[in-house]
Amino acid sequence: MFACLYGSGDLTALASEFSPVVERSAPGAVTLDASGLDRLFGFPQSIAAAIARRAAEYGLDIRIALAANPDAAIAAARGLAGISIVPQGDEAKFLGMLPVALLDPSPELRETLDRWGIRCFRDLALLPPLGIAERLGAEGLRLRELALGQAVRKLLPVEEPLRFESELELEYPVELLESLAFLLARLLNGLATRLATRALATNELHLRLKLENRETHESGLRFPVPSLDTKAFLKLLQLDLEAHPPAAAVVHVWMGVNPVKPQAAQSGLFAPLAPEPVALKLTIERVKAIAGEDRVGSPELLDTHRPGAFRMTEFTGGGKGGACPTQACLTKTSSIRLALRRFRPPLQAQVSLASDHPGFVAAKDIRGKVLDYAGPWRMSGDWWTTYSWWREEWDVALAGGELYRLYREPGGWFVEGGYD
Amino acid sequence: MSAAPLPKRLESLLEESRNWQAPPPVETISSGIPEIDIATGGLPRGGLTEIFGPLSSGRMSLLLSILAEATARGEVCALVDAEDVFDPCSAAAAGVRLDRLLWVRCQHSAEQALKAADLLVQGGGFGLVAMDLGETSLRAAWRISLASWFRLRRAVEHTPTALVTVARQSNAGTCASLQLECMRQRTDWSGVRGVSRLLRGVETRVASMQKAAQKSKICLPVFTAAAI
Repeated sequence: MFACLYGSGDLTALASEFSPVVERSAPGAVTLDASGLDRLFGFPQSIAAAIARRAAEYGLDIRIALAANPDAAIAAARGLAGISIVPQGDEAKFLGMLPVALLDPSPELRETLDRWGIRCFRDLALLPPLGIAERLGAEGLRLRELALGQAVRKLLPVEEPLRFESELELEYPVELLESLAFLLARLLNGLATRLATRALATNELHLRLKLENRETHESGLRFPVPSLDTKAFLKLLQLDLEAHPPAAAVVHVWMGVNPVKPQAAQSGLFAPLAPEPVALKLTIERVKAIAGEDRVGSPELLDTHRPGAFRMTEFTGGGKGGACPTQACLTKTSSIRLALRRFRPPLQAQVSLASDHPGFVAAKDIRGKVLDYAGPWRMSGDWWTTYSWWREEWDVALAGGELYRLYREPGGWFVEGGYD
Repeated sequence: MSAAPLPKRLESLLEESRNWQAPPPVETISSGIPEIDIATGGLPRGGLTEIFGPLSSGRMSLLLSILAEATARGEVCALVDAEDVFDPCSAAAAGVRLDRLLWVRCQHSAEQALKAADLLVQGGGFGLVAMDLGETSLRAAWRISLASWFRLRRAVEHTPTALVTVARQSNAGTCASLQLECMRQRTDWSGVRGVSRLLRGVETRVASMQKAAQKSKICLPVFTAAAI
C-alpha cells in the first residue's frame, strides 16, 4: 500500500511522521510506503483520515490518495480532489477518466496522442500493447502501464539530514512575553512531536527572535539530560526571556533543537535521593530569577593559598549515583570542624592595639574588648603576579564570647568572619 | 500445645491487625554527631528542624556536620545562604562534598532566602535543604511571618526532604518538628598567649525539644567543634 500526498507545504515532514520510506515523486507530490499502517489505523480510509488530521494540524490543504502501487496513488492524488482510495485490481476503471496530461508524456508523444484523440487514461489503456510498442516505443508502453495503474516499482526514498527547526512569521509584532509564550509552546510542541516520532529527544534548544527594530535576539538552553518535557522547556524559555527580555517587539520566531538519543537509564532501587535532572534545572533557573544569575551553583575551591578563594560552577547534582558506605566513611572526617562564617565583603574594623596585639575591636555590629587571642599568622601569596597579597591573621575572643578572625593588610584592619 | 496461650496469641494477632493503619514511624537522618542522634533520634525527614543559638555557639559547625553526613550518603543537598557567609573551605574541611551541594547566595535578604527555600522544597529530590539565617539580624528574622514558616512546613511535609534552618533565635515556633538550641560552653585555647597560642575549638551543649514529645531536655553529650 502506498499513499501519495499532493499539495503545497512541507509534505516530506508530514509524510515522515507516518513512514520512514518517503519519496519526492514530483513537484508538490510526496509518496510514502504505507504498508504496515493498517495495523496501526485499520482500513485505508482510516489511514487517509489520520494523515488528513495531521495535515490539518500542520495547516496544510492537501489531496491524499492510497493505492496498491505508487504511480496509481500519484495519478489519483494529482487528478482527484480530497481523499481517494484506489481499489486494488480496479485501478484502470478508477483512474480511467483522468487526463493523459497527468502522466507527463514528452511533448512529441503528447502531440501524437492528441492527434489520435487519446484524451484520458481509459483511451490509452484500450490501445493494443503491440501497436503502441510499434508506433510509440518503450515510452508509449510505460504510459499505457501507468494508465492501467499496473506499473510496479520501488520508491526512491529521500535521505534528509535530521534537522529539527521551526519558524513562525508573525502578522503583527508581539510585545508581551505571555503572548510570545503561546507561540513558543506551539513551536515546541511541533518539534517535540517530530522528535518523538523518530524516537529522539533533545539536549539543546536554540531560539532566534527577529525584532521590530531589525535586531536579532538569540538565546540557547542546554539540558542536563536529553528530554522531551515541553512544559519544562517552555518554563525555562520563559525564565530566560524574563531574565534577558528582547529589546523590542518580536516579528519572527525561529526555534531549533539538537536531536539526540533519549536517555535510557534505570535508577537503582537503593540509589540515594536525587532530583530529576530537568526538574532540577527548572528549579535552579527559578531560584536564579530570585537570587541572581551568578549566585546559584556549586562552589569549587581554587588551587591557591588565598583565603576564601572559590568559584561558582554549574550545579549538576553531583554526577552519577551515590556514594558507597565505604566511600562515605572515607569522605567524612571523624571530628566536627569549627566553621567560619565569612563576611562578604570583609568588615572594615577599628582595632586598638595593646602591646602589639588587638585589645579592642569595633566594626559594623561588632564591638568588644579582646579577652583572648591567637596570632599573628603571617600569610602572603601571588607575589609573582600583579595581584600579590599579604596579611596578618588573628583569632580573637571578644568579651561577649564571640570568636572572630581579624586580619591586617596594607589597607587596614578587617574582620574576615566569625567562628560558629 | 496448651490451650492457655492461644487466646493470648489471638489477642496479639488482633492487636497487630488493629495497629496496621497507624502512621508509619518518622524517617530520620543522622546529624553526624552520635550524641545528638541518640538524644533526639535524628533529624526528621518531611519536617523542619531549627538550630538556633548565639554567635559562635557551634550552629554552623553542626549544620556542616549534617551536610557532610548527607552528602556522604550520596544525597543532593541545598544551602540557602541568606547573608552570603558560607565558607566553602570550612565545608570541605568538615567533609561536605561540594559537588553535591547547591549553594544559593542570597543578597542579604531573608525574604529571598524564604522564597528560594520554598522553591527548592517544592522542586523535590533534595535529601536536605538548609536555610542559614544565622547572621540575619534579630529584627529581620522576627519580621518573617508565621504564615511563611507554616507554608514551608506544609511544603516539606510528606516529602523525603529534611528542612533545617539556622538562626539566632527560634523563629518557626510550633512549625518546627525538632528544635536544637546550641549553647557555647567553653572555648579551648592552647599554648602560651602571644607566643604559641592556638584556637583549639568550641565546646557546645545542645538542648533539644521535639514537637512530638512537647518537652525540652538537655542532651548532655556535648560536642566539640575543633578549629585544628
